[in-house]
Amino acid sequence: MQEIEAVFREEHGRLLAALARRFGDLDLAEEVASEAIEAALVRWPLDGVPPNPGGWLMTTARRKAVDRLRRDQAYAAKLAILQVDAFRSPDAAQVEVPDERLQLFFTCAHPALAAEDRGALTLRCLAGLSTPEVARAYLVPTATMAKRIVRAKQKIREARIPFRVPDPQELPARLPGVLQVLNSIFTEGYAAQRDDLAAEAIRLTRILRRLLPIEREVTGLLALMLLTHARRDARCHGGEIRLLDEQDRARWDRPMIEEGLTLVVAALTGGQPGPFGVQAAIAALHDEAADVATTDWPQVVALYDVLLALTRSPVVALNRAAAVAMRDGPAAGLALLDELTGEPRLRGYHPLPAARADLLARLGRTAEAATAYQEAIALAGTDPERSLLRRRLRDLPTPS
Amino acid sequence: MKYMLLINSAADDSEECQATFEDWQVYDKEVRAAGIFVSGQSLADLVTATTVRVSPSGERTVTDGAFAETREVLGGFLVIDVPDLDVALDWAARCPGARGGGSVVVRPIADFG
Repeated sequence: MQEIEAVFREEHGRLLAALARRFGDLDLAEEVASEAIEAALVRWPLDGVPPNPGGWLMTTARRKAVDRLRRDQAYAAKLAILQVDAFRSPDAAQVEVPDERLQLFFTCAHPALAAEDRGALTLRCLAGLSTPEVARAYLVPTATMAKRIVRAKQKIREARIPFRVPDPQELPARLPGVLQVLNSIFTEGYAAQRDDLAAEAIRLTRILRRLLPIEREVTGLLALMLLTHARRDARCHGGEIRLLDEQDRARWDRPMIEEGLTLVVAALTGGQPGPFGVQAAIAALHDEAADVATTDWPQVVALYDVLLALTRSPVVALNRAAAVAMRDGPAAGLALLDELTGEPRLRGYHPLPAARADLLARLGRTAEAATAYQEAIALAGTDPERSLLRRRLRDLPTPS
Repeated sequence: MKYMLLINSAADDSEECQATFEDWQVYDKEVRAAGIFVSGQSLADLVTATTVRVSPSGERTVTDGAFAETREVLGGFLVIDVPDLDVALDWAARCPGARGGGSVVVRPIADFG
């Protein structure tokens, strides 16, 4: 039974995307997709799994949609569907379910939706998570998440956000939005040590890469995720975060690193690299090194220079400063961090005081390091992050 | 699908890259040539605005001006009929009012039909 459900989770996104595209309405698509799956759960154990399960589900869902629209002519009119019967489909065995998930990716990540709703909708519609599961992913009550999903779907329907893939000339402006949604799902899982959520983000990014194989930034994002996720077991130690210099590298997931390394090459080949490709290249340098001391820090700094030129992000400048500290010593890194302290976009960003604290500790300025750790603890967003910082604070040498 | 584009300009006209009269003429021509124009007006200066409120008892209050503490001023509107939000957003982005510190709010027209 669980196997059947796993199949359905896989089929669900595809089915939903095809139905949403067909009827232009996510609510109707969701309703009939789950009705079709329910019907399958009843019928298949009795009649056996049909030769074309996808086609069976699609045909069943479509028939249910037609019935619903027949009953409710006002609803059909609202969806501007004039010829309900035109949606009748032939024999289930011949029905090919077109893969229209790419359209759905762009709809769920549409810039006209609230940023916080895009990830939720993507998990709901493309990953096939239930509303309580999405709520758990974002650590909000189910009722709150249900409200957000309803609001987002209402906007899609009433403002008529289309189910379409942007034209080639629009794609460079729209694709980063989709990648951002997937990356934020991944980092949400990463920050809270939620491996299931991170794995879900990887699964979705794999699907996106199959649909957009020539977009190197999609490949770069997938590589970045794999090269980061490969360290999950070493990073997590009894519910606590272990940093790169503390990790047992024997516990890194080698096959996942190998896959990531192959993808990095693809992401960086054939033109200007994008930000995710460069971040993946940095992750690759860490994953290839035997330890922190032998990491190719000059190359890491050089890649951060490229990334900084691409993004102009103060967060990148912060990470670059930490890499400079490894290449040239803590004083050089600290000088760069001090330049960033007035940066308004880093206000309230706990990695800044945390990075300062680490470098101050290395310089033997223990009292200042302690103050900076305390500042970081007050700003940290998750329990694992706070407990990591508390441990770093405890490990400071007592001033003599 | 009809959308209203609410064209707001920054309250202080200090921005340098304000659209010229010619920019508006070109845009107006393009909207009409595309066959999507439903209606549109530009509004007279904000100093000419008057606000009317009627209390529950039916008493009318008339005050000079629009709500004051706003950073953007509605300068005009345009109603267009286009297939979906993406097309509406494209026309909003082409509007001269979206530049130079201004903004265009895109709102679907409610359909009670």
